[in-house]
Amino acid sequence: MTERRPPPVTELGMASLALIVAGGIYLSSHIPNHVPLTPAVVLLAASVALLITNLVLLARVGEFDWPRFFQVGKWSLLAYTVIGGMIEYVFLRNHLKGGPLVVLTLSVAVFSVHVPILVGFTVARFYNPEESAAGSAIG
Amino acid sequence: MVDVAITEPAGAREAAPEHAPVQIPEFDIVPRVGLVLAGIVIAGVIVAIAANSRWPLDFFHVAGGAAWTIIDLFLGFVLGPIMGSMTVPARIEFITKLMPKMLVIMPTVVTATLAAGWQLATKLGANLTSYPHHSWVVASFIVVGVMSVIALGLLEPANIAVLVELKKRRPNPAVIERLMKRFIYAAGILGAMQIATLVIMTKIASS
Repeated sequence: MTERRPPPVTELGMASLALIVAGGIYLSSHIPNHVPLTPAVVLLAASVALLITNLVLLARVGEFDWPRFFQVGKWSLLAYTVIGGMIEYVFLRNHLKGGPLVVLTLSVAVFSVHVPILVGFTVARFYNPEESAAGSAIG
Repeated sequence: MVDVAITEPAGAREAAPEHAPVQIPEFDIVPRVGLVLAGIVIAGVIVAIAANSRWPLDFFHVAGGAAWTIIDLFLGFVLGPIMGSMTVPARIEFITKLMPKMLVIMPTVVTATLAAGWQLATKLGANLTSYPHHSWVVASFIVVGVMSVIALGLLEPANIAVLVELKKRRPNPAVIERLMKRFIYAAGILGAMQIATLVIMTKIASS
């Protein structure tokens, strides 16, 4: 195993997910009252900032199994897009609109992108150059 | 089959010679039959939400929630310790049979439970601030939120990573051990949090 010190992608990813979950709880716990969107927007913005930070950190990793990252990441993205679509469908089914719909839709988008990044990173971080050179049994 | 040299735990050394190659059975990381079944369940949930009818929403929320709770508790407190005490070959075989199924079952069960639950709460008015036990409902949001972050950030990636590692020509035993530890500890935490879910849901249902 070639175990370098990986960037804290998992930790940042979990923090990012926690922020959008907090924003979602804030909004959903006040239904049907009108609540200021600012706290939810701030939480979403912080979550997006962590997502961008993670992407930058990942881009700067030197030796990394990118083919495996994308191989796993794309299928995870498909799966979490379906799950995100389900969540979005429930929002629309219940006539959610305006600011809350925008904030929650963007939160779902962050969720649907960040989870596949976490999955791809966890798989690819255990990069083994020998294994990579020899190929593997994975299609 | 793939052969891999793997370090035996102390208690297993009598059973197999040290550094004996362990055979890894053939397996699919994502079982295709499971995907079809998951698709059927998700389609059922979509129909239930579209119909906005009490019984199907109750069915998917209660059946999905029961499955989610029991699987987490059983995995965290029963299967986890058992797996820890297994010999390495037995553990590898068990992992290759269990983990692909978990990969399909858990996201499906969680999505069905939460989507049907939210729609049910909307239909019954249980997610409104005027609901008498609104604080319990918000508590359930928080518990589910924490569980989601742990499941999505730790458990699910470890589940997939261990299967990908086992598919390599020369899987690294240390990586598998590390990922399985992460998976079992995360499952244990989720199992403990499911007790909180049980308390909240029975309180809401009985009021």
